[in-house]
Amino acid sequence: MIEAKRYRKSTIAFATLSGSGVVVILGCLALILVDIFVNGLPQLSWEFLTQPPRDGMTAGGIFPAIFGTVLLVLLMTIAVVPVGVITAVFLHEYARPDAWYARLIRGAVYNLAGIPSIVFGLFGLGFFIQFVGRGIDSWFFGGEVVWGQPALIWASLTLAVLTLPVVIVATEEALRTVPRENREAALALGCTPFEALWKVTLPQAAPGILTGAILAVSRGAGETAPILFTGAAYFLPYLPTHPTDQFMHLGYHVYVMATQSPDVEATKPILYGTVLVLLLVTAALNGLAVWLRYRLRRTNP
Amino acid sequence: MEGVPSESLREGFGGLETASSRAAAATPDPAGSRLRRRKAIDRAARWIITLIASTAIAAVALIFLFLAREAFPILTSAAVHEEVTLGKMIFPQPWREGEPAYYAWQPVSKVPKYSLLPLLVGTFKVALIALIFAVPVAVLGAVFTSELAPRRVREIVKPAVELLAGIPSVVLGFFVLMVLATHLQDLFGLQYRLNTIVAGIGLGLTIVPVIFTLSEDALTAVPQRYREAAFALGASRTRTAWSVVLPAASPGIFAAIVLGFGRAMGETMIVLMASGNAAILSWDPTLPVRTVPATIAAEMGEVVVGGPHWTVLFVLGVLLLLLTIGFNGLSGWYVRRLRQRLGGTS
Repeated sequence: MIEAKRYRKSTIAFATLSGSGVVVILGCLALILVDIFVNGLPQLSWEFLTQPPRDGMTAGGIFPAIFGTVLLVLLMTIAVVPVGVITAVFLHEYARPDAWYARLIRGAVYNLAGIPSIVFGLFGLGFFIQFVGRGIDSWFFGGEVVWGQPALIWASLTLAVLTLPVVIVATEEALRTVPRENREAALALGCTPFEALWKVTLPQAAPGILTGAILAVSRGAGETAPILFTGAAYFLPYLPTHPTDQFMHLGYHVYVMATQSPDVEATKPILYGTVLVLLLVTAALNGLAVWLRYRLRRTNP
Repeated sequence: MEGVPSESLREGFGGLETASSRAAAATPDPAGSRLRRRKAIDRAARWIITLIASTAIAAVALIFLFLAREAFPILTSAAVHEEVTLGKMIFPQPWREGEPAYYAWQPVSKVPKYSLLPLLVGTFKVALIALIFAVPVAVLGAVFTSELAPRRVREIVKPAVELLAGIPSVVLGFFVLMVLATHLQDLFGLQYRLNTIVAGIGLGLTIVPVIFTLSEDALTAVPQRYREAAFALGASRTRTAWSVVLPAASPGIFAAIVLGFGRAMGETMIVLMASGNAAILSWDPTLPVRTVPATIAAEMGEVVVGGPHWTVLFVLGVLLLLLTIGFNGLSGWYVRRLRQRLGGTS
């Protein structure tokens, strides 16, 4: 009797303890979201979203930062989605799972996913700017610095390398949901393997691939460390129109305003507004991807 | 799987091709040439796909190569050696005359000082605090979610964790800097508003989703029969989770913790914004701290390309890369051990 009582007590104690882990997670999340929404929401207005900053960032809007972020992520997507999808297609449709080359690629993807984002920044600086950019300059511009400096194109390519694993992993998962019989039916009807892939497998995997692309966009839009020295600028009087232009960026804007502003109290409202916009963009995209994936998993068990 | 169908393709169409070409020997054969074209496209596609799939390998190789290329002058360049050598970075130096040798990171002072130790200690210190915060929360949360929680709770918690994972680190850094730091200072009466504890908790928020997700995967991978055996012996759900499932999943959970530690060491924006960024050689968690990634981020913008400081920052990058790859590898090794232990073959 006493034994049973003690047993029940320890059971309840442990259940409460482990439940508190969940409570802390949900509590932190709620705290962050509520603070940012409560302080940021009053800032959101048409003017805030469509005007450039004024009066040393204490007034006006953040349109150039939104524009720069969107452009950056767009270029990144154009670069990363084809490469990521094709890599996943190779791994899942072409290579045997135990082939050495496929294992090498998998190892590379695993490691790529674990490299800190600041190292990607160094890589962008050392490879894209100092090597590729300077190389183009010395070959085509007689040494004049055009491409060999921080620029939109280099920042977006750096982000593309960073988000490559996201696209690959999501696409592979999407390919796994396409039943094997569908490919075999296509082949039996006389399709070449590539035609089966192009006309049957890829269209059926398209929603899953879209999920991966959205996740990559969400990740890319939120990363700040890799673009610190590959192209982001604190303030530009013009919008970027050329790949070699620098650009303003929501995350970088938040970082500089929060840490280097001479008058933090004056910029605080704008800061909260910018954070909210960044959070809404990334969280909305993320939520969309999560929802898509849960739905896909339900329809393809 | 692709070998068999393409073989049968070749046979099936091969017969057709010869028959029709025999029938119309002189005129070119449209059906045959179309097939040849389709096959050529198929072969070309295979090559192109294989080639593009190598991008990931190329990326990792190029990252190593070009970080090493910019860091290499630390070993060879005489111009760099005038200011700094690898030995000066590792061992304590007599920076001030008449004083004993000590460690210091002050790259833009009159005598630039490049000791690695303050940064390394700082990096480990913050990452440890992040673990102390994140491990109990994430592991307990994962046990609760996968073993005890009703389905409806699970369907709230898992997307919530993914939402937390999706919050950009610069937003978390902002939150820690603007809100959390002040509250913690008031709560504990800390001398410095931005310190190791504050940055560590912020970092902990980023690695909670990592540890939670991987721990949850490890717990779900434990075969159902383990639980059934425990239930049959009269154990409650909680007791089963605590005494059977958790130990069985322990290598996977350890893998999650190791990976979380690696992430915490490499995370940049939160420590850059909320740590105070003072390179002090101390294990005291109430002092400000400067980590390796934050140092790279803060200083790279103002250095001369190819100069000693530039080279040293790339050396830091190489170091960080090797450390994180090491921790990732260790984590992967534990995941494989988990699979072996649970008798899976994959």
